[in-house]
Amino acid sequence: MSTTIAILFSIMITSALVNNVVLSQFLGLCPFLGVSRKISSAAGMGGACIFVITVASAVCGVIYKFILLPLDLTYLQTIVFILVIAMLVQFVEMFLKKYVRSLYQVLGVYLPLITTNCAVLGVALLNVQNEYSLLEGIVCGFATAVGFTIAIVILAGLREKMEFNDIPESFKGMPMVLLTAGLMAIAFVGFSGLR
Amino acid sequence: MAEDVKKGALGLPSDTPRERFFNGLLAENPTLVLMLGMCPTLAVTTSATNGLTMGLATTVVLALSNLMISLLRKVIPDTVRIPAFIVVIASFVTLVQLILQAYLPALNDALGVYIPLIVVNCIIFGRAEAYASKHGAIPALFDGLGMGLGFTCAITVIGFFREFIGAGTAFGVQLLGEGTVIPGPVGEFFAMYKPISIFIMQSGAFFVLAFLIAGMNRIKRRQAEKGRDVSAFRDTEDTDSLVEAPASAEGGENA
Repeated sequence: MSTTIAILFSIMITSALVNNVVLSQFLGLCPFLGVSRKISSAAGMGGACIFVITVASAVCGVIYKFILLPLDLTYLQTIVFILVIAMLVQFVEMFLKKYVRSLYQVLGVYLPLITTNCAVLGVALLNVQNEYSLLEGIVCGFATAVGFTIAIVILAGLREKMEFNDIPESFKGMPMVLLTAGLMAIAFVGFSGLR
Repeated sequence: MAEDVKKGALGLPSDTPRERFFNGLLAENPTLVLMLGMCPTLAVTTSATNGLTMGLATTVVLALSNLMISLLRKVIPDTVRIPAFIVVIASFVTLVQLILQAYLPALNDALGVYIPLIVVNCIIFGRAEAYASKHGAIPALFDGLGMGLGFTCAITVIGFFREFIGAGTAFGVQLLGEGTVIPGPVGEFFAMYKPISIFIMQSGAFFVLAFLIAGMNRIKRRQAEKGRDVSAFRDTEDTDSLVEAPASAEGGENA
């Protein structure tokens, strides 16, 4: 039992910090660069991601293990996963709208944007590639999304401060954000000592 | 970069195959002008070869899915067009993935999860939605080819810079640093180069792209000062909304 917990903990640290989804694997860059103007919206996006990625990795894991694998249809995984994710996001949105109003008001606007977040599909595919068990896959999905939230909130905080800085004309906007992200990536390399 | 300077010369009649081709390659280069498809741009550009393979794989998917969606545009009902597009795109991606696995297994391993992730590349979905679903098959095919090759050029250039500075190689051939293939005293001089390995690490990708875009901004400003027509360039201030545009378009459909 304790070894299982140890493995799960190591997966958690690895996917949240060491192999940070944005800064090390470059998944989910569009929302990372696009929705990081303000800390509040960055945190909302992060929350929505934690929710959707965890559920999506669970559902995709179940479909892969109990439908695709027994029927020898694993080559269909890309098509099946993306359709499942698209449906899931819509379903989650409808469910929250009807039953959990308070959560919907916080996450609502960010949910549709997540379909095109490649981190969701990326985690589902990586879980298959790394041959994780169902539980390991769910933990990996959750931790990946937490890593995404950490990165996007830090970037949003830095961008809020940078608004008042004197930046060379050509570097205004996207180049400066990319340079900041590059420096963050260097900082996150330090976490590889944790492994 | 050279390909951006020629943009003013695009006086071709619209929606012809040739105009579409150069539009994607130069005027609306998806990576450097529209800032779409950032994930593969940064992730697989550790070497020029990886960038080239990824670019060509994306081009094949983009051209074929554009052709297919354009042919099916009168059959697909408007309300279910987004799932329909996704199925078409995902089928071609799976096809490309299987072909790479069979014939280029080493490259397939190097690109790993990013090959199936071509499905969620916003360039492909963006072209299907913005162009292929509204225009005839031939212009749509060339639109896909131009956009795809524009993407290929951009990521190969980024990959080339990162590989050259970070490892001293170009397309896998050692030019700078120890073990250089250049003979004689010139080679001895080049061998003194110490590769700056941060450029093939993750942060290098952000830095190279930042400097490329800053360089583009500078060219754009220079041209604006000279009073040239710069309407072919999008304003960088819009990039944030452009990055989100395909997502919110789909979001509107989902809601």
